[in-house]
Amino acid sequence: MPDDDPQSLHPGPTRRKFLLTSGSSVAASLVAAYVPASAKSAAGGTDAASTSAGPRIEGAVPITLRINGKDHKLNIDPRTTLLDCIRETVSLTGTKKGCDHGQCGACTVHVHGRRVLSCLNLALMHDGEEITTVEGLGTPEAMHPMQASFLACDAYQCGYCTSGQIMSAVALLKEPCGPDDAAVKELMSGNICRCGAYANIVDAIQQVRKQA
Amino acid sequence: MHIFEFIRPKDSAAAIAAAAQSKTAQQGADVRFMGGGTTLIDLMKLNVETPARVLDINRLPLDKIELMPDGGLKIGATVRNSDLAYHAKVQKDYSVLSQAILQGASAQIRNMATVGGNLLQRTRCVYFRDTAMPCNKREPGTGCPAITGHNRTLAILGASELCIATNPSDMCVALAALEATIHIQGMMGSRAVAFGDFHLLPGNTPHRETVLEAGDLITHVTLPPPITGSKQVYLKLRDRASYEFALSSAAAVITIASGRITRARIALGGVGTKPWRSLEAEATLTGKPANEASFREAAEAALRNARPQSENKFKIELAKRCLTHALRTATAS
Repeated sequence: MPDDDPQSLHPGPTRRKFLLTSGSSVAASLVAAYVPASAKSAAGGTDAASTSAGPRIEGAVPITLRINGKDHKLNIDPRTTLLDCIRETVSLTGTKKGCDHGQCGACTVHVHGRRVLSCLNLALMHDGEEITTVEGLGTPEAMHPMQASFLACDAYQCGYCTSGQIMSAVALLKEPCGPDDAAVKELMSGNICRCGAYANIVDAIQQVRKQA
Repeated sequence: MHIFEFIRPKDSAAAIAAAAQSKTAQQGADVRFMGGGTTLIDLMKLNVETPARVLDINRLPLDKIELMPDGGLKIGATVRNSDLAYHAKVQKDYSVLSQAILQGASAQIRNMATVGGNLLQRTRCVYFRDTAMPCNKREPGTGCPAITGHNRTLAILGASELCIATNPSDMCVALAALEATIHIQGMMGSRAVAFGDFHLLPGNTPHRETVLEAGDLITHVTLPPPITGSKQVYLKLRDRASYEFALSSAAAVITIASGRITRARIALGGVGTKPWRSLEAEATLTGKPANEASFREAAEAALRNARPQSENKFKIELAKRCLTHALRTATAS
């Protein structure tokens, strides 16, 4: 099972860890109640907790989200989207927030192996369901073939849309899709790349399909 | 987003009872059913929808596609758009529906969006989606800035002086041409509504978009038995090649015998305030030879009552050519 602990993926300093540690010390008195317990433990260098009592939120609901094979017992505001829950509550930041309105595909994750937009789902809707994020696909040492192919084909520029592109591409492998590039482009049209790496993204996907 | 109570009703009866406490099933509803969430969560983030209670119906047993004794098809309300589009029976006998769904949205959204939710898809009119602007559909009586504003994508058929918002659904255009029936359970029992009667014209009440009352739950949609030998085409024209709403679309279900059209079912999308069945085009085509003159005559009939907005006179000719080309493609196949 791939390790989805962000701490072990990036043992050195990261932007997120810096912001969490420096930000929380400055603003602790103001926002302490809103810093998720799992984020605190990741920032503090202890083992990431699989159970998060979460902040005290009026009307919060207890749920269990199974992400990348690991159960997370959470207490969340009903308004929390699956995207915000994955990023902010569980601290898996590989999934990106782009438009937050279902127009860009950056937030694509799998639910029971099918690709969905995590920004247009509430976390509560997925209580007990199997969720996979980019952290669950592979690790830097043992990449998923699609991750390796994106790397080999230079299928990105800034990289912000890449995790969504890869999650979409992996799901596409199991969908009815014609053999030609046009079919791939059509089924990938829900993932926008502002840098315009589309040609290489199609190449990366086609290489994996040819190997399969 | 406003705070709400999230409830997962144990069965349809509980869902209906909970929804019946809403003051309306239309704009301003304080209780909403949640299907895929692709429209509702989007509009809740924009504060266009502000339900106090959200009823998650995704785990109710409404997710089956079943053959009916008469040879028709029964499609549960929570069947995902992608499952419907890729269903073998739909691809074989109701291909216009499969084509329409696969030309809408993206693969991710089709995996989420439900049949029931797609029937209730809301307009993409920018004024409806922006709570800083007036909108008769969102807030009755406040006015329609679209009539004198940005209206390039808005309706040329079925508009009123209060609202010119386009219905954005592709699936609904195909269902109109297939003469689907919508099945509803409510506090007063079950009822079936012919597809053409389900959506309402804006008229003086643009905030009322369907015949649904508080507590009404769409349980399934039925399709009549397949029309043997029918040719089916869904053609969608838009600003991008994919992942874009229609400027104009056409669904055509055509039967031909000895070079003449014996039966035609026609519906248009992207141009009407509701999914636009054209009985005029159907009447024009029936009995005619399957040729360019007949197609163009049908297109003229379908758009005879079209009224352009300030920015979209082009849509009248676009819709005519869209229907003509759909008919050409269907009859050539």
